[in-house]
Amino acid sequence: MPSLGADMDRGKILEWRKRPGDEIARGEIVVLVDTDKAEIEVESFVAGVLESILVAVGETVPVGTPIARIRTAERAARAGPPARTELPAGPEPATRAAEPAKPPPPLAPTAPRPRPSPGRPHATPLARRVAEELGVDLGGVSGTGPDGAITREDVQAAAAKGRATPSGPVAPAGAPPARDRAATMRSAIAAAMERSNREIPHYFLETRISLGPALAWLATLNAARPIAERVLPAALFVKAVAVAARAVPELNGFWRDGAFVPADTVHVGLIVSLRQGGLLAPALRDTAEKTVPQLMSELRDVVARARAGKLRSSEVSGATISLTNLGDQGAERVFGVIMPPQVGLVGFGRVREEPLASGGLLGVGPVVDATLTGDHRASDGHVGGRFLAALARALAAPEHL
Amino acid sequence: MTPERVKLSFREAFRLGLRDALLRDERVFLMGEDVGRYGGSYAVSHGLLAEFGPERIRDTPLSESAFVGAGIGAALGGLRPIVEIMTVNFSLLALDQILNSAATLSHMSGGQLHVPLVIRMATGAGRQLAAQHSHSLEGWYAHIPGLRVVAPATLEDARGMLASALADPDPVLIFEHARLYPIEGELAGDAGAVPLGGAALRRTGRDVSLIAYGGTLDRALEAAALLAAEGIEAEVLDLRSLRPLDEVAILATVARTHRVVIADEGWRSGSLSAEVAARIAEHALGELDGPIRRVCSAEVPIPYPKHLEDAALPQSARIAAAARELVGRRG
Repeated sequence: MPSLGADMDRGKILEWRKRPGDEIARGEIVVLVDTDKAEIEVESFVAGVLESILVAVGETVPVGTPIARIRTAERAARAGPPARTELPAGPEPATRAAEPAKPPPPLAPTAPRPRPSPGRPHATPLARRVAEELGVDLGGVSGTGPDGAITREDVQAAAAKGRATPSGPVAPAGAPPARDRAATMRSAIAAAMERSNREIPHYFLETRISLGPALAWLATLNAARPIAERVLPAALFVKAVAVAARAVPELNGFWRDGAFVPADTVHVGLIVSLRQGGLLAPALRDTAEKTVPQLMSELRDVVARARAGKLRSSEVSGATISLTNLGDQGAERVFGVIMPPQVGLVGFGRVREEPLASGGLLGVGPVVDATLTGDHRASDGHVGGRFLAALARALAAPEHL
Repeated sequence: MTPERVKLSFREAFRLGLRDALLRDERVFLMGEDVGRYGGSYAVSHGLLAEFGPERIRDTPLSESAFVGAGIGAALGGLRPIVEIMTVNFSLLALDQILNSAATLSHMSGGQLHVPLVIRMATGAGRQLAAQHSHSLEGWYAHIPGLRVVAPATLEDARGMLASALADPDPVLIFEHARLYPIEGELAGDAGAVPLGGAALRRTGRDVSLIAYGGTLDRALEAAALLAAEGIEAEVLDLRSLRPLDEVAILATVARTHRVVIADEGWRSGSLSAEVAARIAEHALGELDGPIRRVCSAEVPIPYPKHLEDAALPQSARIAAAARELVGRRG
């Protein structure tokens, strides 16, 4: 059971997307796991053949428990006894030489069937139609039909379960009812924030950044784009944070075993508040290497999927620094609590017009208050100040972003 | 007054239909191999030569192309011929006449020439007649525009389809499943003509639809009885007409049960069952709560030994197993 975030200590198998004997490519989705916060599609870290499934649908196991065995491609190609990779004990593939392997289980003696498209639940057409009518998310329904397909009855049962009172019977598999999820998510956030406040000596810095050049640059960019593809300031903030984190690497990384471990690339974790309450923090991978419009489209996608509870394992773990942007909700500045094991959190308040002194003159222009929360074990206020200065420089010259 | 029901075989029901037709219309005559003195290969026309004479019950040489062609000519000339072909395997020798002449003349003459020809032929396996007398090729004929193709599977249809076929101004092919001839049942004493078109529900149910025709209808009904004993309610639709297909009835049963098994004694590849499945997929995909399943003949020439012949055919146990899997229960 992979760790899909620092606050996760156990996970429940919701659905196996692969069966024993299936080939798996690196990065392919193998299993759907329910953490206390969301349903996560877990990708394989290795290529190979799924040898066996060790944890059945509906079971909850602690992080680190082997949940499946994958025979890796390179080992299988060799003549010697195949090695197995257990999926996945942690972010790194845990490979070990195994005792002489049993022969792989025979494949089903049927004609080859096309594999269901990755990420698309295997459901009958009628089940899809009924799910749409009832507003049931097929990702959380387990199938009882031919070849494990989700049938109409499965959807109706899932819909009935969603309406059931908490005291009602709850089947072992499938997504928990929405109310339960909100409660478990709340307690997961509580645990993570308690730990953060208990363990991390936070320091807080703030600076006001003029957004005149940035907003003008965005207006020019957006003039040529259809409404659906317009770039919002949030994408600019994400990119600026990544650029500043690259410039000040002391804030980009993790506090592990009493020491700071810098990350070798920047994955900005975006704190997304969910409509039903609670937070998720998916990472935008390799943020510094991407253009602002690219980040905008990733941002739209990841926010939508976070709110639908459909994130991938590579997104929920791996953020190297986080960004919270309360801008559209009215607060002028936000001093956040760091998500361990990260050491920095950047906050943006609401973009607004303020009196602004510049070159001896007083004018009015758009500004945003940017804050930095730092882990004082890993860095000092001076480093944090350099970070905010780099952030301001990046936003002053958006054309270089 | 309720008409008395009589017990009779499919063979006798077909014979009653023939007799009626011969009595009612002087233009009607029957010709084919051994239909006269021998009484028909399957004894359907037994006794008709004595009753109607050699002018109207005509034995022909062993040349399907010649006597089907003669039938087309007679139909064009104003008669109402019924041509019997001993088995569908032999009809291939007359395929040129059927496809290139009978099916096309109305179209090519701009509707000036109609071919009111009826061809009856035996089809199907189950009587240990081996690979040259046992195939089910009616699906091929159902491919051809210009033909009407029907497959009686009940005594009512065996008795009553011929009259309607003769009334049709264009060629009609009647496929009589050879295994059904000796099977007996009850039929109303006053049974008569039945419409050629339209599928018929032979059993209603809400869990799964079994679509069958001709020689698979009784198998599907047996399967439905097996399933009923397990609490699965199967609906059985008898296609009756293979061309045109009653799409409305097919889609309606799918909309009721959302699960479909098609039983077809033809080979699966390119079969009539493939056409039915395609129509469902084209027009009722959103109604399907599981894949369409087909139970067809094994893709081999039909074997002679009984155990192999049985194994090659769509038996009721296989139909029931397919239905069980769709409904989600293992037998």
